[in-house]
Amino acid sequence: MTNNVETTEMITCVIDGFEVTVPKGTLVIRAAEKLGIQIPRFCDHPLLDPAGACRQCLVDIEINGRAFPKPQASCTIPVETGMIVKTQLTSPVADKAQKGIMEFLLINHPLDCPVCDKGGECPLQNQAMSNGRPESRYEGVKRTFEKPINISSQVLLDRERCVLCARCTRFSEQIAGDPFITLNERGALQQVGIYEKDPFNSYFSGNTVQICPVGALTGASYRFRARPFDLVSTPSACEHCASGCDLRTDVRRGKTLRRLAGEDASVNEEWSCDKGRWGFKYISSRERITTPLLRGTDGELHEASWPEAIAAAAAGLAGKRAAVLTGGRLTTEDAYGYSKFARISLGTNDIDFRSRGNSVEESEFLAAIVTNLSTTYRDIDKADQVALIEFDPEDESPIVFLRLYKQSRKRGLKVTTLASHSSRGSEKLGAIRINNISELSELTAKSVILVGERAHETPGLLSSVAALAQQSGAKLGWVPRRAGERGALFAGALGNLLPGGRPVTDAAARVDIQSAWGVSTLPAEAGRTTDQILRALDRSELGAVVVGGVDPMDISSEALTSMLNSFVVSLEISHSAMTAIADVVLPVATVIEKSGSYLNWEGRTRAFDRALEDSLTRSDVRILSMLADEMKRPINLPTVAATAREIESLGHWDGATVTAPTQSLAPEVIPTGNQATLESWRLLLDLGTLQQGEENLAGTARPATVVISAARAATLGVVDGNSVSVTHERGTITLPVAIGDIADEKVWVPRNSIGSQSIVTFGAGRGVLVTVVKA
Amino acid sequence: MTTQLTPVLSAFWDEEDSYTLAGYQRNGGYKASAKALKMEPDDVINLVKDSGLRGRGGAGFPTGTKWSFIPQGDNKEHYLVVNADESEPGTCKDMPLLMANPHSLIEGMIIASYAIRANYAFIYIRGEVVHVVRRLQQAIDDAYQAGLLGKNVKKGYDLELVLHVGAGAYICGEETALLDSLEGFRGQPRLRPPFPAIAGLYARPTVVNNVESIASVPAIIANGVEWFQKMGTEKSKGFTLYSLSGHVTNPGQFEAPLGITLRELLEMSGGIRKGHTLKFWTPGGSSTPLFTAEHLDVPLDYEGVSAAGSMLGTKALQIFDETTCVLRAVLRWTEFYKHESCGKCTPCREGTWWLVQAMKKLEAGEGTTADLDKLIDLTNNIAGRSFCALADGAASPILSSMKYFRDEYQQHLDQGGCPFDSSASTLFTSTAGNE
Amino acid sequence: MAFSDKDLELMGTIIAKYPRKRSAIMPLLHYVQSVSGYVTEAGIEKIAELLELSTAEVTAVSTFYTQYKPHPVGEYHVGVCINTLCAVMGGDQIYDEVSKHLGIGNDEVTADGKVSLERIECNAACDYAPVVMVNWEFYDNQTPESVKALVDGARAGNPKGPTRGPKKLRTWKENSAVLAGISDGLANEGPSAGKASLLGLKLSKKAKGAK
Ligand SMILES: Cc1cc2nc3c(=O)[nH]c(=O)nc-3n(C[C@H](O)[C@H](O)[C@H](O)COP(=O)(O)O)c2cc1C
Ligand code: SF4
Ligand code: FES
Repeated sequence: MTNNVETTEMITCVIDGFEVTVPKGTLVIRAAEKLGIQIPRFCDHPLLDPAGACRQCLVDIEINGRAFPKPQASCTIPVETGMIVKTQLTSPVADKAQKGIMEFLLINHPLDCPVCDKGGECPLQNQAMSNGRPESRYEGVKRTFEKPINISSQVLLDRERCVLCARCTRFSEQIAGDPFITLNERGALQQVGIYEKDPFNSYFSGNTVQICPVGALTGASYRFRARPFDLVSTPSACEHCASGCDLRTDVRRGKTLRRLAGEDASVNEEWSCDKGRWGFKYISSRERITTPLLRGTDGELHEASWPEAIAAAAAGLAGKRAAVLTGGRLTTEDAYGYSKFARISLGTNDIDFRSRGNSVEESEFLAAIVTNLSTTYRDIDKADQVALIEFDPEDESPIVFLRLYKQSRKRGLKVTTLASHSSRGSEKLGAIRINNISELSELTAKSVILVGERAHETPGLLSSVAALAQQSGAKLGWVPRRAGERGALFAGALGNLLPGGRPVTDAAARVDIQSAWGVSTLPAEAGRTTDQILRALDRSELGAVVVGGVDPMDISSEALTSMLNSFVVSLEISHSAMTAIADVVLPVATVIEKSGSYLNWEGRTRAFDRALEDSLTRSDVRILSMLADEMKRPINLPTVAATAREIESLGHWDGATVTAPTQSLAPEVIPTGNQATLESWRLLLDLGTLQQGEENLAGTARPATVVISAARAATLGVVDGNSVSVTHERGTITLPVAIGDIADEKVWVPRNSIGSQSIVTFGAGRGVLVTVVKA
Repeated sequence: MTTQLTPVLSAFWDEEDSYTLAGYQRNGGYKASAKALKMEPDDVINLVKDSGLRGRGGAGFPTGTKWSFIPQGDNKEHYLVVNADESEPGTCKDMPLLMANPHSLIEGMIIASYAIRANYAFIYIRGEVVHVVRRLQQAIDDAYQAGLLGKNVKKGYDLELVLHVGAGAYICGEETALLDSLEGFRGQPRLRPPFPAIAGLYARPTVVNNVESIASVPAIIANGVEWFQKMGTEKSKGFTLYSLSGHVTNPGQFEAPLGITLRELLEMSGGIRKGHTLKFWTPGGSSTPLFTAEHLDVPLDYEGVSAAGSMLGTKALQIFDETTCVLRAVLRWTEFYKHESCGKCTPCREGTWWLVQAMKKLEAGEGTTADLDKLIDLTNNIAGRSFCALADGAASPILSSMKYFRDEYQQHLDQGGCPFDSSASTLFTSTAGNE
Repeated sequence: MAFSDKDLELMGTIIAKYPRKRSAIMPLLHYVQSVSGYVTEAGIEKIAELLELSTAEVTAVSTFYTQYKPHPVGEYHVGVCINTLCAVMGGDQIYDEVSKHLGIGNDEVTADGKVSLERIECNAACDYAPVVMVNWEFYDNQTPESVKALVDGARAGNPKGPTRGPKKLRTWKENSAVLAGISDGLANEGPSAGKASLLGLKLSKKAKGAK
């Protein structure tokens, strides 16, 4: 990590008789925390603008001998030199003020703690115990509201429990930029609410449930399911995307009940997106595989014992030229297992972690450039501008979006986006949309370029990005969609790379790894890409393939059929299209059931422990190690911990690197008439495998629409909401229209939403010619 | 010695067209702004500072000083916002002023805007006064027509003036709530600092002044500092509008030098209504602690009233005679504060909700003496704890009535109900309830 | 109800008055009431669209202010001041009697849609207590009888004109347009000032004359 010593002025003040020195601008309430003095609070939240609304945090303040006539809200006042603060611990005035406020807060609070989700972890309950009056003097009528209202399919609101701290409304406005919940009415009737026709469909709504200091906001999936004291909590890392969120997983008797955002100031601060929070039902899906399966002579899969299955897999692989394909959500340790297994047990460099579109240009870009990137969230915080290249942060890496939004709101950070059209996210960022990378200007060493995984779909674009970063000195970040990609790259799960960024074709690099692995040779020729592997399997140039967590539909519509003639070993969580054709299926653990780590887009390690103690399932790397033993070409990775140690010991390569790609941008095909060039990306909430089984979450997905330009809409004679059909020789997608700022010659559809799976239907995510007609 | 009335703003309200541009100009209107526009802006600020004019919206902050807080040469837009929300119970001076003499405000705004280098000015008027809105809008339109507003008010100096109509929320009289409301948000008060002078409307330097404060400026420019200083008391200079209402023979508006007493005003206007005696009164609206007959000679200037334990406020003198039940009066005000609480902070939102219930019980004669102490304690838990001064206002009538009329509260408890006949305090001869 | 081109044009001029368009939300809400009589869903959605706000943000504002009505009010909306001073001097009695007379309570509308009733707070006319506002026009020094006659007139279609205001009482929608900033040309009707407003001036003149 770089050393960021910033010269901030320090201020010393006195709180309850103790001196404390804090950076200028620190609020009294937080300076007190530094001394271990907890001033009660409700509306205060360190990441929200101060509101001073609940008045629970009143303290007595005196500055240079001048006392404030009234107690002051410590959550709104920055410390000053010469300030003397007396909290409830030393000032009877502050103590009485706080008790008075607490009494007011409770008069209209239902005291239904026994049936409230928050009971046991409720700031109101806790602070009422520590700072409240033992008995209420209130004899009046409590305010009541009609029982809970669904403010979205996943969040419910019990208004009578609400203490009107406005954390939720401030969060949605200030942090997420989604002001769909607001304070309505006035005075004692004030209440949180939505406009009935427009529910709280924010990708970040779950955070409001978490920061609500009472049980007013609850998540539909957790409501009434558990009491906090029944739960066992484990710190975890999110498997959904490359943002790298710190999470907490709460389990009761073997069942995951909820996930909460963990705190990591340098990554997700205290937030998570709703997919990370609520997308965990897949773990307990009915499709889950719990025992190894072998395809019998009858063509069906049959349960088998582990030794049987391992033996069958080893036998099937023996003597065949085999390749490895892995999915995007492997932990670094598992990816390393596959990487080593390919090289040692299969004797090949034919391994690729990109279970999605890919190109040779991208392989070069990854090996040459990405392995050395060290751009971080902090760089976004300090950037003079940020350029987004084929990357929609809100849909594809939501915490990156939150960082950008924070800076855009705080200091008007300039954001430019190379994208087919302005998404809701880029509108919130006030992003300037460009059509060509050459339109980027004024990039400096303080600028940040964030390039998405979709960039490989435009031949020459990654080369241009690399060159641009090089020329301008701008910091570059590569933000893949999936959590495991950066780790897999580091682990060498790519045809041209060995672990630690070592080029396969570099003899010294190979020697380095050979000695670490205790083998005398390693294959020296760069391996195939995913596309090339599939082609080779199809043509029987390869006879077997080991796949880990791959959905072939993510790659292309033909991927599955390419594998039909090969021997397939599938390491999987649940039954899928892949297991349907596999010869041997080996069940693996989900993130909740195993330990491991990811590298997020920054290259930062996100380690986690298993959250389920008595889990019998094994991590991929353990199974691969067993298989390698059986094949008599051991990889010696018996545990995740051992794997992690081995990766650590390899370190990062600082020798020669792969040369960066220098492909030039190809001219795009120009469509005519009702033709258009296809554009698409995946919306955050869509048909993704890991979102299966969570209907409440799915209920807040953005609707699938076809985005066309106003001019095209006029030509077609359609307005927003009318249906149009997008057709390619292989199929048609018909959806309602949303007119956007897209170029006239383009059309956009979501890549994997209900009614719109462009890869399945068109065999491509971008670039192909389609026709657009009124449906 | 009796203090003489000094009609300045109201000097020609009895003319049929006092509210028109012609009527105003006939009475010397827009000479002061012409004069001020020839001065250096800073000199205008200094002149107003020297005059000793203090804000007439309630707090009495020196107007020129407020203007001088606007950072100069900061290359930011500056704004002038006039507070015409006038919703404090008892306060009824700005509305008649705007109905009869809207141009005095516009002229004052031209001078003030020029002084603080604002090119955009707003009047935030409460929404429940359509005819005042008509008059004011016409006056603005006419001033534009006459070139008094708009482009090149003075060569190279443009001034836009927008009338913004509220929609029923007392809290929007609080200046930061007003600014939020004017920006298109819920009218809830803002955290201070930053103060409006640094980050007000649209986060730009902004002066917020009461109607009467600004409308008083042209006369000061026209007649000079000395003229103004001859009126009033040592620290409370000039003339002002006192509004007399309630159980008096003749309610109405009186322009007088600061420091006049209620006794003098009553004497000249015909006194308490016939056959009755003064029981309690507010010196400056319902948010200012009550006075009684013992305060008849308190000089009604900022210092005098505050030395006697209340606040000059808006000089809304609401007079109640002996037929009035103080509990009923205070309860009704408490209901007002509950209704008008913006809801942002706990003590105000929940506290006024509770106070109403507690007061209602007492009015009905339910409870014990301990409940009286509880009422005081609750009120003290609200006063000084809330986000803005609205809740302090809510506490004033309760605490002051408890101070002077605790017996009457006790009497309700002893009798198990209200000892007063409410019909006796109405102005009607008909008997109540016998329809 | 959809907004006509004329409506949209007027809404555009309202927005154009302000340096930042969000500021136009209040006059636009008044405008919506001038078209529909209350804040309709169509109105909220239109304002949200025009000002680029969420519908929730518009709702948050419209529900904060008491003059914006979530339901239709009468053609003549009668507000009886029941704040302390007016209440004590007869406002309570006026309210009770009129409420009984009309058979409606607070925030209710007569079946014919002509008159609605509201208990209002101090309306800055205390020197004319007891005060009643109809469509936010001043009716000074009222009695139960005068207000009953007033509402009867309103139901019959010829309400008495305000004390300080235009000769003829305008409807709720018409006055809402004035609040939205659209002039009705009636500023010159009615007196410059009422009797109470002139009291000080009169006494001063008398004193000077006496000297
Ligand atoms: C609850 C509350 C209501 C207020 N209402 C008004 C009002 O209606 N008119 C007004 O001029 N000032 C009102 N004020 C005072 C203003 O906040 C502000 O002090 C004043 O407009 C400043 O103008 P001045 O300096 O000219 O007096 C109110 C203050 C509070 C706390
Ligand atoms: S719902 Fe919760 S977070 Fe939102 S205002 Fe109420 S108490 Fe605060
Ligand atoms: S925590 Fe300080 S006012 Fe709410």
